[in-house]
Amino acid sequence: MSTYWRTFKVAAWLGWEMDSNWTEPWLFVLYSILKPVAGAFILVLMYVVFATIGNTEDPSMFAYMYVGNAFFIFVASTLFGTFQVIQSDREWYQTIRYVYISPISYYVYILGRAASKVAVATFAVVVTLAFGIAFLGVEMGLSLADVPVLVAAFVLGIAVLLAIGICLGGISFLTAKHVHGLAEGIPGLFYVFCGVLFPLSALPEWGRSVGQAIPLTYWFDLTRRILVPGTSIDRTLNAYDDLTILLLLFASSLVFFALSVIIFRIGEYVARKAGKIDMTTSY
Amino acid sequence: MGDRIPAGGTTRCDMPFAVETRDLTRIFAGKKRIRRKRHASEGEDGSGPVTALDHVAMEIHDGELFGLLGPNGAGKTTLIKILATLLLPTSGEAYVAGHDVAKDPFPIRQQINMVCGGETSGYGLLTTRENIWMFSQFYGVPSKVSKARIDELMHVFGLWDKRDTKVRMLSTGQRQKMNMIRGFVTDPSILFLDEPTLGLDVNAARVIRDYVMNWVRKRTGKTVLLTTHYMMEADEMCDRIAIIDRGKILACDTPANLKRMIRHDTTFRLEVDTLHDVTSFGSIRGVKNFSHREDIATNRAHLTFILEDESPVAEILSRITTQASKVHSLQKSEPTLEDVFISMVGRGLE
Ligand SMILES: Nc1ncnc2c1ncn2[C@@H]1O[C@H](COP(=O)(O)OP(=O)(O)OP(=O)(O)O)[C@@H](O)[C@H]1O
Ligand SMILES: [Mg+2]
Repeated sequence: MSTYWRTFKVAAWLGWEMDSNWTEPWLFVLYSILKPVAGAFILVLMYVVFATIGNTEDPSMFAYMYVGNAFFIFVASTLFGTFQVIQSDREWYQTIRYVYISPISYYVYILGRAASKVAVATFAVVVTLAFGIAFLGVEMGLSLADVPVLVAAFVLGIAVLLAIGICLGGISFLTAKHVHGLAEGIPGLFYVFCGVLFPLSALPEWGRSVGQAIPLTYWFDLTRRILVPGTSIDRTLNAYDDLTILLLLFASSLVFFALSVIIFRIGEYVARKAGKIDMTTSY
Repeated sequence: MGDRIPAGGTTRCDMPFAVETRDLTRIFAGKKRIRRKRHASEGEDGSGPVTALDHVAMEIHDGELFGLLGPNGAGKTTLIKILATLLLPTSGEAYVAGHDVAKDPFPIRQQINMVCGGETSGYGLLTTRENIWMFSQFYGVPSKVSKARIDELMHVFGLWDKRDTKVRMLSTGQRQKMNMIRGFVTDPSILFLDEPTLGLDVNAARVIRDYVMNWVRKRTGKTVLLTTHYMMEADEMCDRIAIIDRGKILACDTPANLKRMIRHDTTFRLEVDTLHDVTSFGSIRGVKNFSHREDIATNRAHLTFILEDESPVAEILSRITTQASKVHSLQKSEPTLEDVFISMVGRGLE
């Protein structure tokens, strides 16, 4: 256990150094604030386009997509944060063989590296939400009683994302090219089907089924229920109460965790067999 | 059988070897997916399977500085990778510190480290010191101990003035020194060094050789497996050497004993103008083996002959002159490890 913790700490430190240390500290802070703000403006633009096309102006619709997009920051950065660890250690830093042969759990090492990405993403989400409330008139309300549910949902949502990311990592032990496509395609899939930008009810029947099969859909829904209690844009998941969704998220995080361990083990074994742990594909 | 069991002393079974392999074989599948239907043994065309290690059996004792000497592609790195738990064998067994590399890698990892020369690994955004420190943390070296060791080793390897430089600003050789320190900082009991001096300047190579030799000899329980294709390096440093070519261990002994294998032979070295035909030298009576290397820069050929005695020299010279090639130097010399290799395979190490 102490080895796991030590590995996690060192890997998180390394991840943080890489995420933050590429420039002066003040520039990093500025960048961390400006980037989500820029993202918020793109959203405003998207909303204006939607509103013009649809000829409707619904502030609660704006709040819906604003919060959805803010939390989507987690999806992209957590998935990418886990998946690219193997890729970058192997191809850019060429350190993977030395990390791999050290007496640590490589799985935990990846989690540690990703932790810094999650921290950076959390900051970006907070900035986005604050900016929305302060300048864009997004109406959010959070009652103190809901905070534990929000936190639990957050933890479980991130856990699911990390597990999915490690599944991708396991595959990237074996191939470099295709995983890159996956790591970009999967967030795109989530973006469309999980009720991020537009509600599930806007999807065709089959699309709704796809959405309901992905645990993140429930995560987005629950988060939005708590943060924007006013909206009733989408009723698709109304049958599920908060606790059911938490349970669902808990169950899926377990399933994905098990899956990630299995895929990671297999990927690692096959890579070690094929001599691909430290391959450089110059991709 | 007739072998006598030595009385007293420890039999080898009591003490596990630092490294032991039995019938260790590693075959790499060909690169291309769609392979022409060929036999597995045909690997020379580059697309078929390659047998990188072929039933390798060897034993490295605790406290030994053991060298693997062989030309490019001999299988040295492959062997190191298997022993360092980075690669699985295709068949056969390998034990490091008594543990099976395939089944039980974790306890092995706690006792080993590895450094490969000629590569530029490292996290560019970290400083040299941070980079080494980070790796030491994976091994649970207490931070204070680690920092003290890093400082000491940086002085030894001449990297002290680069201690707070970002890794991306280091030259290739400096990165290699950093990686050497990374290997020693965890104080492993078994250290794998793959061509540790490759591409380093003479001084740096000297420092590393001396440090490695001291590290093994002055302390107990430290084992080093070193690969090289510099015969001088192997000769100078190693207690024992395995000569490896095309995945097979051809001989394994102390440098002195290896050279003694050809003590009855005579070694001649010649430098001549480029030759059209070199194959015919093999048919001269008394020529046991020879190697031939073209030097493109000078347009000359270097020949090394392993002869039973001096009688074929006249015939060799006459065959060279009939090719209108001039002899620039002819020298009879002491046998080197490379000559041992030439006598066995008819090629040099380079
Ligand atoms: N990952 C791989 N895939 C396919 N073939 C490989 C792989 N790694 C090594 N080989 C092949 O195995 C053989 C042995 O290679 P290895 O790297 O062990 O040689 P080496 O003795 O270290 O040579 P060098 O002195 O050039 O470093 C070579 O023919 C090489 O082409
Ligand atoms: Mg090699």
